[in-house]
Amino acid sequence: MIRFMNEELIRLLIDSFGRILLPGLTVTIPLTVIAFSFAMIIAVITAMIQFAHVKVLTQLARFYIWVVRGTPLLVQLFVVFYGLPNLGIVIDPFPAAVIVFSINEGAYCAEIMRAALESVPSGQMEAGYCVGMSYLQTMRRIVLPQAMRTAFPSLSNSLIAMVKDTSLAANITVVEMFMATRQIVAWSYQPLALYIEVGLIYLMFCTVLTKLQSIGEKKLSVYEKVGGK
Amino acid sequence: MLEVRDIKKSFGDLEVLKGVDLKVDAGEVIAILGPSGSGKTTLLRCINFLETADAGTLHFDGETFDLAHVSKKDAARLRKKTGFVFQNYNLFRNKTALQNVMEGLVIARKVPKGEAEERARAALEKVGLADRCDYYPSQLSGGQQQRVAIARAMATEPELIYFDEPTSALDPELTGEVLSVMRELAAEGMTMVVVTHEMGFAREVSNRVIFMENGVVVEEGNSKEFFQHPKEERTRAFLRLFDEEE
Repeated sequence: MIRFMNEELIRLLIDSFGRILLPGLTVTIPLTVIAFSFAMIIAVITAMIQFAHVKVLTQLARFYIWVVRGTPLLVQLFVVFYGLPNLGIVIDPFPAAVIVFSINEGAYCAEIMRAALESVPSGQMEAGYCVGMSYLQTMRRIVLPQAMRTAFPSLSNSLIAMVKDTSLAANITVVEMFMATRQIVAWSYQPLALYIEVGLIYLMFCTVLTKLQSIGEKKLSVYEKVGGK
Repeated sequence: MLEVRDIKKSFGDLEVLKGVDLKVDAGEVIAILGPSGSGKTTLLRCINFLETADAGTLHFDGETFDLAHVSKKDAARLRKKTGFVFQNYNLFRNKTALQNVMEGLVIARKVPKGEAEERARAALEKVGLADRCDYYPSQLSGGQQQRVAIARAMATEPELIYFDEPTSALDPELTGEVLSVMRELAAEGMTMVVVTHEMGFAREVSNRVIFMENGVVVEEGNSKEFFQHPKEERTRAFLRLFDEEE
C-alpha cells in the first residue's frame, strides 16, 4: 500500500513539475523582470532627486518611501486590485501585480541607491566639473556607475527577495507558480510534497540569480583590483 | 588674463577669505603660499566655482562675472578654459588612465574619439605614463595618479591650470616626479596657479609668489625678491620655518 502510494506520488511530482514550472517561466519570471526594471527606474530617479536635494520633489520622494515601506506588500496588492475598483479603476491581475511590485520594490531600491550615491566621494563630481562636464554628464558617466557597483550586492539581494515575494500575487488571482501549485494540491491532496516541490523550484531560480550576481560583481569590480595587470 | 577682486567667503562664522585680489597674466607661474587655514585652497576653489564665494568679481578673457551669482552655464563655460589638479588626484575611479584623460575631451568638448585618444596618449606620454594607459587609478601609485591628473588637466589645452597642493598627499620620494612634470609644463609657458608647500618649487619655478594668512594676502612679489628680501615680518617668520627644516 505504502509502496503504491509512493509510486503514485512520484508520478504526481513529475507530472506537476512541468505544470508548476510553466507558470514560473511565463508569469513569475516576467513579473519579476518587468517589475524590477520599473523599480530600478523609479529607484534611480528617486535617489537622484534626493541626492541633488531638488526642492519639493525631495519631500515627495521621502513621502513615497515612507508610505511604501511602512505598509505591507499584501495590503498594497489588495488596495490596488480589490480597492481601486471602488473608484471605477479596474486593473487586470497581472498588470496590477506589476504596478504594486514596481512601486514597492522601487522604494526599497531607492534607499539602496541613495546610500550608494552618497558613498561616492564628492571629489569625483568636482573632478567631472573641472574637466568641463555638466552635472548630468558626470552623474551618468562617473558617479552613477560607481554607485551601481556599490549598490549591486544589495540590489541583487532585493531581486532575489522579490522572486519569492511574487508568490503573494496569488492573492490577487495571478496564476503564478504558487497559485498553480495550490490548484494541484486542491485535487491531489498532497500538500507536503507539492509545496516542497514548488519551494525547490524557487530555490532553483534563486540559485541561478545568485550565480549571476557573483558573475556581475566580478565584472563590475574590474577597476577595484589593486596591483599591476 | 584673469583677475579676481575682493573675493570673500565664510563657512558659518568662520571668515576664510576676507577680500583677496589675484591677478594672473598669460604665461605666469604663480605660487600661493601660506600656513594651513590661510584660505589659499578656498581661494582656488572659489575661482573655479567649486565653492560659491560670498562676494567678489572675476574677470576672465574680457568677461566679468559676479562670483557670488555665477550661473551654472557660465561656470561650466569658464571651467572648460581651465584645468584643475586636486590634492588627492580625484581621478575617475571607474575609468582607466586613458579614459580619464579622454573624458573631458570626448564628453565635455565633443572632440571625435579618435582624435581625443591621440591627444590623450600624447598627454600621458608627456607625463611619462605612456605604458600605463590601460591601468585603473587603483593600480597606480599616488605619484602616477597625480601625473595622470596633470595629463587630464593639460590635454584639454586650457588657458591656465590650477594646482591645489598637488604634492601634499604624496610620499617625499613621489613628490619629485610630480614636480618635474610641473616644471616642464611651466617651461613650456603654461599659465599656472599653484597652491603649494613646496618652497623649492616656488623659489625655482614660479615668477610670482603670494603669501596668504588668515584670509588676506600678507605679501606679494616676484619670487626672487620675495625669497631674498621679504618685506613683512610675518613672511620672514614663515620662511624661517622652512629654512630650519631644510
